[in-house]
Amino acid sequence: MDYQFLQYALITSMLVGLASGVIGSFIILRGMSLMGDAISHAVLPGVAISYMFGFSYILGATAFGMLTAGIIGFVTQRSRLKNDTAIGIVFSSFFALGVILISFAQSATNLYHILFGNVLAVRESDMLMTAIVSGIVLLFVFIFYKELKITSFDPMMAKAYGLNTTLVHYLLMFFLTLVAVVSLQTVGTILVISMLITPAATAYLLTDRLAKMIFISATVGVLSAIIGVFYSYSYNWPSGATIVLTSAVFFTLAFLFSPTKGIVFSRNKTKKNAES
Amino acid sequence: MSKNEISVKDLTVAYQGKTVLNHVSTVIQAQKFTGIIGPNGAGKSTFMKALLELVPKISGEVTFDGRSIKTIRKKIAYVEQRSELDLSFPIDVLGVVLLGTYPSLRLGQRPGKKEKERAKQALAKVDMTDYENRQISELSGGQLQRIFIARALAQGAEWIFLDEPFVGIDAVSERKIFAILDELKNEGKTIVIVHHDLHKVEAYFDEVILLNKELIAAGSVDEVFTSENLQLAYGEIIGQLVKGVMEK
Repeated sequence: MDYQFLQYALITSMLVGLASGVIGSFIILRGMSLMGDAISHAVLPGVAISYMFGFSYILGATAFGMLTAGIIGFVTQRSRLKNDTAIGIVFSSFFALGVILISFAQSATNLYHILFGNVLAVRESDMLMTAIVSGIVLLFVFIFYKELKITSFDPMMAKAYGLNTTLVHYLLMFFLTLVAVVSLQTVGTILVISMLITPAATAYLLTDRLAKMIFISATVGVLSAIIGVFYSYSYNWPSGATIVLTSAVFFTLAFLFSPTKGIVFSRNKTKKNAES
Repeated sequence: MSKNEISVKDLTVAYQGKTVLNHVSTVIQAQKFTGIIGPNGAGKSTFMKALLELVPKISGEVTFDGRSIKTIRKKIAYVEQRSELDLSFPIDVLGVVLLGTYPSLRLGQRPGKKEKERAKQALAKVDMTDYENRQISELSGGQLQRIFIARALAQGAEWIFLDEPFVGIDAVSERKIFAILDELKNEGKTIVIVHHDLHKVEAYFDEVILLNKELIAAGSVDEVFTSENLQLAYGEIIGQLVKGVMEK
């Protein structure tokens, strides 16, 4: 079938939109957008080493993602530096290491595709891997929903009643890494952060309930993927960038027209509140 | 030793090499209302966090009802300073109170009918039923504090720790909250509050722990809240000022 590649591309990017929309909701509520960006960049050396030694890039990338999360935590705890500084240092170093390693490991997937993604080149095996990872991520959020919610809103209360908040943090980092890794082919390392935070931020502006926010975020992620792939294919635009810009359009609409938090209607709302 | 008493032995805490609390030993009476008082930077919040092992300690032993905190954690409710919380978080009033039922739920288990009933009862007790579906950013400071107390109730906590609950709250709300806490005390809860405002101390608390990086004094309000102790904690001038106010 001629359009098989398009089918793979569409399904894969929808799955990525779904998984990153769900995980991304927790990332923005915990104020960890920069951490998300860091991990998605820092997986690069893992990808390079996997190609060099011929094992699945999922393994190498995940290992480096977790290593990054661990080192950032360690540097933040053991120095006077603030978290964002620690993140900046660690991820740019790993990213630089990745760029050098990739130059040694000139492979079928070149640097440009890793950096910017090329969803139209996705193979069946990649699609299956994305499906498995998305399934695991959804299962994780379903099982740990309570723990994720409370550690995002009031981690000290959670710690006081005995919840292992550090474990929850690193579990979330692990699944964030997995999502970042499978997003590589769709949007590329550099734009993964957009898939994680733009749909979630859009949803955040549209509702005051966490469950609804996750649902809307996932929906915006999937819609951005569908529309993005469509335009990318029709006009021969780079796929990752097209998906990202689509989600940015959704965000802009919510920013302007959200019934409760958009800047266009917020004046009416203030008036209504004053009356009631 | 009475039931639910908290015993603190030789508690020392340091942040990045600087000692914040130095060898504090005291007893927090069960079923009493205890205020942790002291000047800014005295280590009041740190003391509370160290009791609950929310910050690492250098030395010291804290026991609850004669046991390690690990065995009774689910019965501890801690309410952080409001400024530390993200009040634009997508959660409504009932949702916050439901968090109190989480310690009693298994992994993957959602709050069901029973838990919602418990949360609603707690909300009724703090007189916030009408606000059930409000997003928390719409509440006043006093209302927020009441729903956090409701959360502690829904949790069935035996020990309730509140860090600066009265900051930025008007006098009417403050009295309301105190009435609720007083009721809880009479039901047998042990309540510990970090408090920075000196002029209400005698009216509100049974017991006072006066800190300034080390223990200045601890015991009943009458014993502890003297101008001598206040001078030791706050320095000469404030001690005398407070004494003057107290005598009027």
